[in-house]
Amino acid sequence: MSKISVIIEREYITRVRKKSFIIMTILAPVLLALFIVVPSLIMMNQDTEMKKIAVVEDGTDLFKNAIPNIKNTEFVYLGNVKLEEIKNNFEQAGYYGILYISPEVIHVPEAVQLISRKQPPILLLEHIENSLEKEIERQKLLSYKIENLDEIMKNVRTRVSVQTIKIDESGNVKETSTGVAMVLAYITSFVMYFLVFVFGAQVMRGVIEEKTSRVVEVIISSVKPIQLMMGKIIGLALVGLTQFLIWIILTFAIITAVKSALIPEQKITEAVQSIPQDIMSQNAAAAMQTTTVTTTEPVQASEFIKIFNSALNQPWGLIIFCFIYYFITGYLLYASVFAAVGSAVDNETETQQFMLPITLPVILGLFVAMSTMQNPESSMAFWFSIIPFTSPIVMMARIPFGVPLWEIALSMFLMAVTFIIFVWMSAKIYRTGILMYGKKSSWKEIWKWLTYKG
Amino acid sequence: MIIFEARNVSKQYGSTLALNNLSISVPKQSIYGLLGPNGAGKTTLIRIINQITGPDSGELLLEGRKLRQDDIYEIGYLPEERGLYKKMKVGEQALYFARLKGISKAEAMKRLRYWFKKLEMTDWWNKKVEELSKGMAQKVQFVTTVLHEPKLIILDEPFTGFDPVNASIIKNEILFLRDRGATILLSTHDMASVEELCDNITLIDHGMSMLEGKVDEIRRAWAGNEYSVTFEGNIRVPENGNFQILHTDNEDNKTTVKIKCLKDISTNEILSELMKSGNIIAFNPALPSMNDIFIRVVKSKNGMPVN
Repeated sequence: MSKISVIIEREYITRVRKKSFIIMTILAPVLLALFIVVPSLIMMNQDTEMKKIAVVEDGTDLFKNAIPNIKNTEFVYLGNVKLEEIKNNFEQAGYYGILYISPEVIHVPEAVQLISRKQPPILLLEHIENSLEKEIERQKLLSYKIENLDEIMKNVRTRVSVQTIKIDESGNVKETSTGVAMVLAYITSFVMYFLVFVFGAQVMRGVIEEKTSRVVEVIISSVKPIQLMMGKIIGLALVGLTQFLIWIILTFAIITAVKSALIPEQKITEAVQSIPQDIMSQNAAAAMQTTTVTTTEPVQASEFIKIFNSALNQPWGLIIFCFIYYFITGYLLYASVFAAVGSAVDNETETQQFMLPITLPVILGLFVAMSTMQNPESSMAFWFSIIPFTSPIVMMARIPFGVPLWEIALSMFLMAVTFIIFVWMSAKIYRTGILMYGKKSSWKEIWKWLTYKG
Repeated sequence: MIIFEARNVSKQYGSTLALNNLSISVPKQSIYGLLGPNGAGKTTLIRIINQITGPDSGELLLEGRKLRQDDIYEIGYLPEERGLYKKMKVGEQALYFARLKGISKAEAMKRLRYWFKKLEMTDWWNKKVEELSKGMAQKVQFVTTVLHEPKLIILDEPFTGFDPVNASIIKNEILFLRDRGATILLSTHDMASVEELCDNITLIDHGMSMLEGKVDEIRRAWAGNEYSVTFEGNIRVPENGNFQILHTDNEDNKTTVKIKCLKDISTNEILSELMKSGNIIAFNPALPSMNDIFIRVVKSKNGMPVN
């Protein structure tokens, strides 16, 4: 065992000290952070521009003050201004655009025009449409001459937000959020894919390097081939985990640093302060269902609370256990197959014919995992989470949505059996393959190696 | 005393029989030559001794008992196809191989310092292997092979890639290691170095042992009916019906002739005939070179001398 640790140490240290590793480890989080931070910065900057929109009607005043101002956009009602008068000089007058409402709008939906120099944002259009629709509805209702209409309207107005609640067999109730489950599923299955694929392929390259440089014969006169193979596989897994850990820490650190430097503190505190307020309003809503939440921020905050609760309600123990289990078995399964392929060829270009059958299940697994997030209960998700080659990725995507324990147990059992068989077979191929040179390796040849005696 | 013995070892790869009932026994503290044409099965035998592969049948004994897994600590192996990690530094790499042979870091450092100094390699410690020449890398590999002070050192073509100066340095180190108590199994095609270094040899062809024994005994046995005779003075030796002159050499007021007997007659009869030509100061069977023996054995395929 101490020899495996010597091998692991070498594999780990030589790789971690490589310039390419150091650069990738530092650069990737910087890039990732940029991808996350830059778009939000751009969006923030756009939001700060104040827009003034002139509302013009032809003679009528049906829609006076019908459109409420929204963040960064002010609607100025110009009652007695004709469209022609302002059409060509609204920019000089300081307006972003003109909203022209023709009286026919009550019958003809297209009778509204927004005239501007630039393409207006979709959110703005939606806001105008909603407001006008509401106003027209109101005016149509008014024409029926119903008494106490305003009060009725107030009572009628409702808001619905579906709360997802999971009940297990024993009747325990858990509030969940599909969003959180999806994010979790996405992260875990992607990490799985990444580790299995990238570092599995590195195992293969390492084996090829040892074979082509002929160093392998000296080493296996000191250690058993399986020790060399496992040492390499484990060493690389540790490299992968190290890199991943640094990535996570660095990305968070960079994002936090950039955010606190660029985003005004006030906004964060605002959001925090609105939380208790929101809980109160939630209680009130539960009791009466009459209050309507008009401001946007408390709604976001309550979402935040929900997500937070839902995240806490995830079966973390199970997720972590399954992640470790599937990572170890899945990685060992694929890395050993990669090692076997590396041993069977003389150089990297020869790997092509063997790569497709290996990469296919991994990529298929990732695709199924993605569709699993849309529909976790589908039979496709079920089967791919049971079949060993795709199960590490697909099962990780399913777990946050809840999976019966027997399915996890079956999947794990099959995975264990498969990984033992494959490591064993790979070790046999590896042992023969690393000493074979110049022979064009084919599937048939590899099958023969499997049957050689010690 | 026999340190290593292989008994009736066979190994088959697919349809090829790489080793066919092969037996060798290597005396302790000797240099044992493993000879044979390409593809004869030498590397297979060496790999079996190193437990890289196992034999299909047969026994391997180290110091009289069966070869065990942990005997690899007692064996040092320099493969024919040399290999080092190209991107790794020389010192680190030597240390790594030493640790794989079970030596502690501190002990390995001590021994490496000794060997690097002895072979004038100290400056290379922090160089990457890819910066070294082929011969330099070979020297590094030689050191890693013997560093753990193995009882049995297996060297597969140790001299290829060396210039004459370095080759003779390595030869001296091999002799030094033997004198220090190690046994060396030497596989080579360089017959001159076999004559120079080896005490015993086995010649393998088609996985079978064709010839085995002490080098000088084999050469004497293969001398057959050829003799080398030295006379005083510059003379001419006449041929007769009993023998044929192959070669005459006049030097330092001495004449050496190589004769080949044509009939099955005793050496005394030949001597008495030769005495007529002059004053004989030396009479020896003419030893064939290992090179000749090698070629004749391999060509004859049956291991019997070709006359």
